[in-house]
Amino acid sequence: MLSPDDWSAIRLTLELASVTTLLLLAIGIPLAWWLARSRSWLARITAALVTMPLVLPPTVIGFYLLIAFGANGPFGQLTQVLGLGLLPFTFAGLVIASILYSLPFAIQPLQQAFRAIGARPLEVAATLRASPLDTFVHVVLPLARPGLITAAVMSFAHTVGEFGVVLMIGGNIPQETRVISVQIYDHVEALEYAQAHWLSAGMLVFSFAVLLALNLLNRREAAA
Amino acid sequence: MTIRADLTLTRSGHCTRADLTLPGRGVTALFGPSGAGKTTILRMLAGLERGAGSLQVNGECWQDDARGVFLPAHRRALGYVFQEASLFPHLDVRANLLFGYRRIPDQQRRIAPEAAIELLGIAPLLSRAPAQLSGGERQRVAIARALLTSPQLLLLDEPLSALDTRRKEEVLPWLERLNSELDMPVVYVTHSIDEVCRLADYLVLLEAGQVAASGPLADTLARLDLPAAFELEASTVLEGCVTAVDSHYQLATLRFAGGELKVGAGELQSGQTRRVRIHARDVSLARSAANDSSIVNRLPATITAIRPASQPGQVLVQLDAGGSLLLARITRLSLDTLQLAAGQQVWAQIKSVALL
Repeated sequence: MLSPDDWSAIRLTLELASVTTLLLLAIGIPLAWWLARSRSWLARITAALVTMPLVLPPTVIGFYLLIAFGANGPFGQLTQVLGLGLLPFTFAGLVIASILYSLPFAIQPLQQAFRAIGARPLEVAATLRASPLDTFVHVVLPLARPGLITAAVMSFAHTVGEFGVVLMIGGNIPQETRVISVQIYDHVEALEYAQAHWLSAGMLVFSFAVLLALNLLNRREAAA
Repeated sequence: MTIRADLTLTRSGHCTRADLTLPGRGVTALFGPSGAGKTTILRMLAGLERGAGSLQVNGECWQDDARGVFLPAHRRALGYVFQEASLFPHLDVRANLLFGYRRIPDQQRRIAPEAAIELLGIAPLLSRAPAQLSGGERQRVAIARALLTSPQLLLLDEPLSALDTRRKEEVLPWLERLNSELDMPVVYVTHSIDEVCRLADYLVLLEAGQVAASGPLADTLARLDLPAAFELEASTVLEGCVTAVDSHYQLATLRFAGGELKVGAGELQSGQTRRVRIHARDVSLARSAANDSSIVNRLPATITAIRPASQPGQVLVQLDAGGSLLLARITRLSLDTLQLAAGQQVWAQIKSVALL
């Protein structure tokens, strides 16, 4: 059925998606909050920038990341100076690429949830002596819960499904960067259709289950 | 014990200026038509809106631009009740009530949760979600929640305007109780003259972002120099003590400085203190006692001032009935026929008295 290589690809994919999701929430929550509240030009420009992965071919993002983090790229030189070596074709490089690639899937639901809260609950909290940080933790985050869940689930699922960016910046190194989508590609190239079927069908079921669960969850939240 | 505010805010061409000295106790009503700047002033007092100027509340400086002082809203010891109940939907009633209470230091807690719950009659609601409450219940919870921060100043922004008449009647007695049982200055924004007459001790009239008049309620209502917008509703408020209830005629006697009034007995009991509102249009004047009139309430009074009303052919007459001020709206024809002038003794005949 599934070979040890397949299992290692599955484990690597889940690892990548988990790390990416956690980091995306950590970056996405403050970033989305700022984008939802600020009317500055900088916020408008940033909003457009973080949405770009939605419309760009993944190969474009992968290509520029490869150059930027390569030996002669600005970030590549920085990581070398910092003693981190070069990130392309490593797991860490894959994480950075995944974060950029899935950023809009985290930012958009968060931003919408934050906007929907409006200014009033913040003002109420302020008149009840809550500092801005206190308000954020005890009022904004609980009220934005459906958005947080959507952002987490979408980031995870989208990272599991990426291919182009991975291929560009991660390559195809077993145990290090060979995720499920790349593994499927390899199977197909080698005409191992049965193996490709198992993994592909698994992905299909996984995606459907995730989206269905999200849908049901959101409906329950809306009813509550 | 005063609240001293000099705050100005210009927003999209509209300028709101609050140059006010308010008593540090009792209920101050900010009254005026929509767009007069009532809510803006309240928001500036709360620090939710940043006007330019200064604000002192009972000796504490909350804002002074000259010294670069501006306390953000969450550092001001105030309670704020918004127009629409704004309970946190993710918390039940109990957690909503305790939200502010938990955030003030022990030694500043002057009002216990049990006291606020009792004062507003919300004990049966504690474990409910805000969505399960009626509008009136939500507003009572919001008021109790604000009280539990033991504020130095309680700000109420039209807390009844989103409620229908029945719900209003459900909340109003609690507000009156609040006023009589807690020694806490309240600033109350409303566009309802009924609420003003019922709750306020001090009145600020606002028009087009400016303070048109301010002073103790009865004196300010009886002023003749108010802008025309306030003239249609011209009326005065008297506060008195119920001294007798006549069950045969179903009338109660209300004694106030300047005489007695008979009002419908209803459920009044001797010893109660009640307010009545008297419309200027319900007061007519006579040179003699007119004992052959069906009008029950006749008070001897002295004319203190006369001014043409904005309606042509009518005048407003200000009267002093033993220290209590009344207004009468009469025709200019009557004024000339009776040859009325300031300083004259007349009889004020009051056709109807509204118990508040």
